[in-house]
Amino acid sequence: MNSTSTHFVPPRRVGIYEPLHQIGMWGETFKSNIGNGNMNTPSHIIIPNHQKLDNNLSEDTSHGTAGTPHMFDQEASTSRHPDKIQRRLAQNREAARKSRLRKKAYVQQLETSRLKLIQLEQELDRARQQGFYVGNGIDTNPLGFSETMNPGIAAFEMEYGHWVEEQNRQICELRTALHGHVSDAELRLLVETAMKHYFELFRMKSAAAKSDVFFVMSGMWKTSAERFFLWIGGFRPSDLLKVLLPHFDILTDQQILDVCNLRQSCQQAEDALSQGMEKLQHTLADCVAAGQLGEGSYIPQVNSAMERLEALVSFVNQADHLRHETLLQMHRILTTRQAARGLLALGEYFQRLRALSSSWATRHREPT
Amino acid sequence: MDKVMRMSSEKGVVIFTKNSCCLCYAVQILFRDLRVQPTIHEIDNDPDCREIEKALVRLGCANAVPAVFVSGKLVGSTNEVMSLHLSGSLVPLIKPYQSFHN
Repeated sequence: MNSTSTHFVPPRRVGIYEPLHQIGMWGETFKSNIGNGNMNTPSHIIIPNHQKLDNNLSEDTSHGTAGTPHMFDQEASTSRHPDKIQRRLAQNREAARKSRLRKKAYVQQLETSRLKLIQLEQELDRARQQGFYVGNGIDTNPLGFSETMNPGIAAFEMEYGHWVEEQNRQICELRTALHGHVSDAELRLLVETAMKHYFELFRMKSAAAKSDVFFVMSGMWKTSAERFFLWIGGFRPSDLLKVLLPHFDILTDQQILDVCNLRQSCQQAEDALSQGMEKLQHTLADCVAAGQLGEGSYIPQVNSAMERLEALVSFVNQADHLRHETLLQMHRILTTRQAARGLLALGEYFQRLRALSSSWATRHREPT
Repeated sequence: MDKVMRMSSEKGVVIFTKNSCCLCYAVQILFRDLRVQPTIHEIDNDPDCREIEKALVRLGCANAVPAVFVSGKLVGSTNEVMSLHLSGSLVPLIKPYQSFHN
């Protein structure tokens, strides 16, 4: 008799006597998931919950056996007081309703966690890709995160994240300023800030190149669409001009002349550096291929090969110098308002490239 | 250093280079695009290579090569050449030495 009663009683006892405790238990589940930053897989989210339910049940059965006389009293009292039955039934309905609501909330939380998991998987994939490119040629560890491989690069990646955030903020400010009515002095300040921000990036890249020039050259710190246009570790200065120029409505004759000259000299400088890079590739290839191939030996002239690689740092610096000078010259040629509009256009262009990369990365990620 | 002074004051555009230096090659390409035939001094095989290097560094070229002189005056290294060209100031400097056959 006792055992059958205990069989029926526990759910009701949990429902009647411990609704508050059960709500608390759900709250703890939610809290633990938030605390873990939703790093749990869905199965991990479920298990603690069941454990807690089991604990509750086992608690109740133990209480049940101990409190059996109490339970009998309860049954006895309801048969003598019908309105108590009604009250119990109402409490049951209420408990069931609350339980349904909790279940709904739990399912919604599962859905959110699932989306978060997909997002994290994507980030993980991206970091894994970076792991292949980071490190000093020892790419044997597929999970080689840059954080564990190279502190200089890890620092750069973090700084770059902040740089992009600041860039987005500045773009908004420029847009607001240009659509509003700000003084030329205020606009000049915004332009100076934007220019300095780009120069800061070049400084960061220079430091990172000393740490790992291949990382900077590969552009792994940029989004995929940006990388498509990569030229010696960054954007092509001539591309910069191509993006900017259509946005200038009225240019004076002198400006038109200056811009034409800048375009031509920029292209010539770019071509010269490109050809220098090609020569570097050829001489490095010759170096690596020198001596007997097929004998299983290492590079005979490894020192000169290493020297060639050192030259890469100079090239990355020169390319950034070219970007720096191109921005500087555009600033000199244009009026403040034109420069502001140009910088806004440039910033938005890169934003669009970054957005395109996101769209591309998630194009197959429809929920099944 | 006398040798450097002598070599750099030759007429036209004079560039000190090293065979292994690809930035030097890039600078040469640029001048060729500007229709200039610079005088190239490859210092690798010069017996006074180390002295010349030191002299060029003392003159202001951090990596010694490439070192560009125009009309006997030091213009600088890659950085300076690129800056001058983008600002439009390089062509006027080398105008007397531009050839008109392509």
